[in-house]
Amino acid sequence: MAAKRAERLVNLVIALLGTRQYVSAAKIRSIVPGYEPDDGTDRADEAFKRMFERDKAELREIGVPLETGRTSAFDTEDGYRIARADYELPEITLTAEEAAAVGLALRLWQSAQLAGAAQSALVKLRAAGVEVDQSRGLSIQPRLDAGEPAFEPCYAAARDRRALAFDYRRPDEQTASRRRVQPWGLVAWHGRWYLVGHDLDRQAARVFRLSRVTGTPRASGPVGAFEPPADLDLASVVAGSERREEQLVVVRARPGTAIGLRRHATSLGPADDGDDRLELRTTAPWALADQLAAYGPDVLVEAPQRMREAVVERLSRLAAAGERA
Amino acid sequence: MTAPSTAERMTRLLALVPYLTARPDGVRLADAAADFGVTEAQLRRDLDLLWVCGLPGHGPGDLIDLAFEGDRVRITFTAGMVRPLRLSTDEAVALIVALRTLLELPGLAEGEAVSRALAKVSAAAGHPAEVRAPVAVSVDARAQSLAVVRDGLERHRALHLHYYVPSRDERTERTVDPMRLLLVDGHWYLEAWCRNAEGVRLFRLDRIDDVAVLDEAAAPPPQAHERDLADGLYQPGAAEPLVRLRLARTARWVADYYPVEEQTEVTDPPGGLAVTVRTSDLGWARRLVASLGGAATVDEPVELATQVAEEARAALARYTD
Repeated sequence: MAAKRAERLVNLVIALLGTRQYVSAAKIRSIVPGYEPDDGTDRADEAFKRMFERDKAELREIGVPLETGRTSAFDTEDGYRIARADYELPEITLTAEEAAAVGLALRLWQSAQLAGAAQSALVKLRAAGVEVDQSRGLSIQPRLDAGEPAFEPCYAAARDRRALAFDYRRPDEQTASRRRVQPWGLVAWHGRWYLVGHDLDRQAARVFRLSRVTGTPRASGPVGAFEPPADLDLASVVAGSERREEQLVVVRARPGTAIGLRRHATSLGPADDGDDRLELRTTAPWALADQLAAYGPDVLVEAPQRMREAVVERLSRLAAAGERA
Repeated sequence: MTAPSTAERMTRLLALVPYLTARPDGVRLADAAADFGVTEAQLRRDLDLLWVCGLPGHGPGDLIDLAFEGDRVRITFTAGMVRPLRLSTDEAVALIVALRTLLELPGLAEGEAVSRALAKVSAAAGHPAEVRAPVAVSVDARAQSLAVVRDGLERHRALHLHYYVPSRDERTERTVDPMRLLLVDGHWYLEAWCRNAEGVRLFRLDRIDDVAVLDEAAAPPPQAHERDLADGLYQPGAAEPLVRLRLARTARWVADYYPVEEQTEVTDPPGGLAVTVRTSDLGWARRLVASLGGAATVDEPVELATQVAEEARAALARYTD
């Protein structure tokens, strides 16, 4: 940013913070250095107008509460002011432990989605007199995955409560389909990002995995277009959608093999051929079928029949791929 | 949207005067630069700019005034900018969600301080404590070994682990010197010096079958450095052999999950991806390909492709017996 513009914006904030009256654009032009001076030409007026419009937008963008209004009935045009009470961060005093907690917590966003917001929040707290020492070592460090391009537009739409449309493809579908939702919020659950919202076509709450969103989501319509349910708990909506009925699976494993399966299995004793019979429980049968097939001849599925078929199907594909090679 | 640098600099410029106001005895320039996350040169440019700003009139008594004393700076006139700007919605969300996430971490010794910080920050953000942030982070608190590992870390003791290695489908036993605990993408990891492997290793907590705190001080050797996780958890050596895979559409996630060196869109299979992975562990590669159940085929090395197919045929034979 050009130094001149930054200087002008700082002067504008100082001037408007320092007054209770609404200040007209013409007055601002004369008291804040850096604006095109009034030389009586339309060209200069136009240049000032453009500059001032951009400056107002810039200040609002960073969160300066710029008010518009008239001080008295005799004013012929709207003026501007910044109410100090709305502008200033309220008093906040943190103990050393509390400040350390803030410093540690904000590392969550390190290189992740809200990294910029976390950094500027930290700057403001420090400016409020809080000493945040981020170098202080704590033994736990949470971190989030940064690579989720759909996060930004989905987050902005949920924050602003605007309708959102995107293309979404489930793994069992060949093509993506268009979804239109009122986005309630985003959840990082077991390391993956999910969007929770009201699906406008299905007229029901739905959970979407962000990694299955293809292309860039688009927000449309007015801000504040809907209100999420009052008792909404984002994380439990996602947890609920992932909770499915548990299935029992019985397999035979050759002795000393399939260590990973045995860690979560109940032993049913030896089979007549000397293999170990194991009982497994799963809420994700297709993932288990993948895992069972990967054990190759070390593992044989006894029951249920559906699981046997799923594993045989996978093994057949693997064998066929080998023929081609 | 404005360019991030513009908003960033304005936020900093508006915060600098209040920052100095809160520290009436002055601050070392280097410390202030570190607090704002900028270089000292940038901080000087910011201060130079503020020095010519001030109240309308812009006479000598109206301008922001700073006193430089050696390597320190002090504010002598604020021109009315005494408090920082309020937190924006995004800033409040970043703070509140991060503190709530921390609060969810099981057995956190600092839990009390986190709750108090959360209450104070929520109040200052102008939201009630139960503010409905549009973001939530859910933490897996079930890892049973977590309490023991934390205990070892806090008391600086060595740990004895029974650890499951999925790439070899093996249970191992080892003694480690714990360094730190990480929560990466929803999984807990212990970073530690492994005395058996003589190197720094990451142990995923849900793969620890048993852990005991030893009566022995943790002593990671000087060459034990914390890994930079910016490039992901798996960091293969450059000298390791290449494995070339062809991923079907349903297996494309592999390219996001593992560090692939090259990736090319292919039409066979439709919507597929050809990727190159470096690994010296062909056992791992065989398990990966087999677990994808045909959604990945091996282009190279040939022996890997043969092995996968032979295993599958041997397994199929058991079903047709």
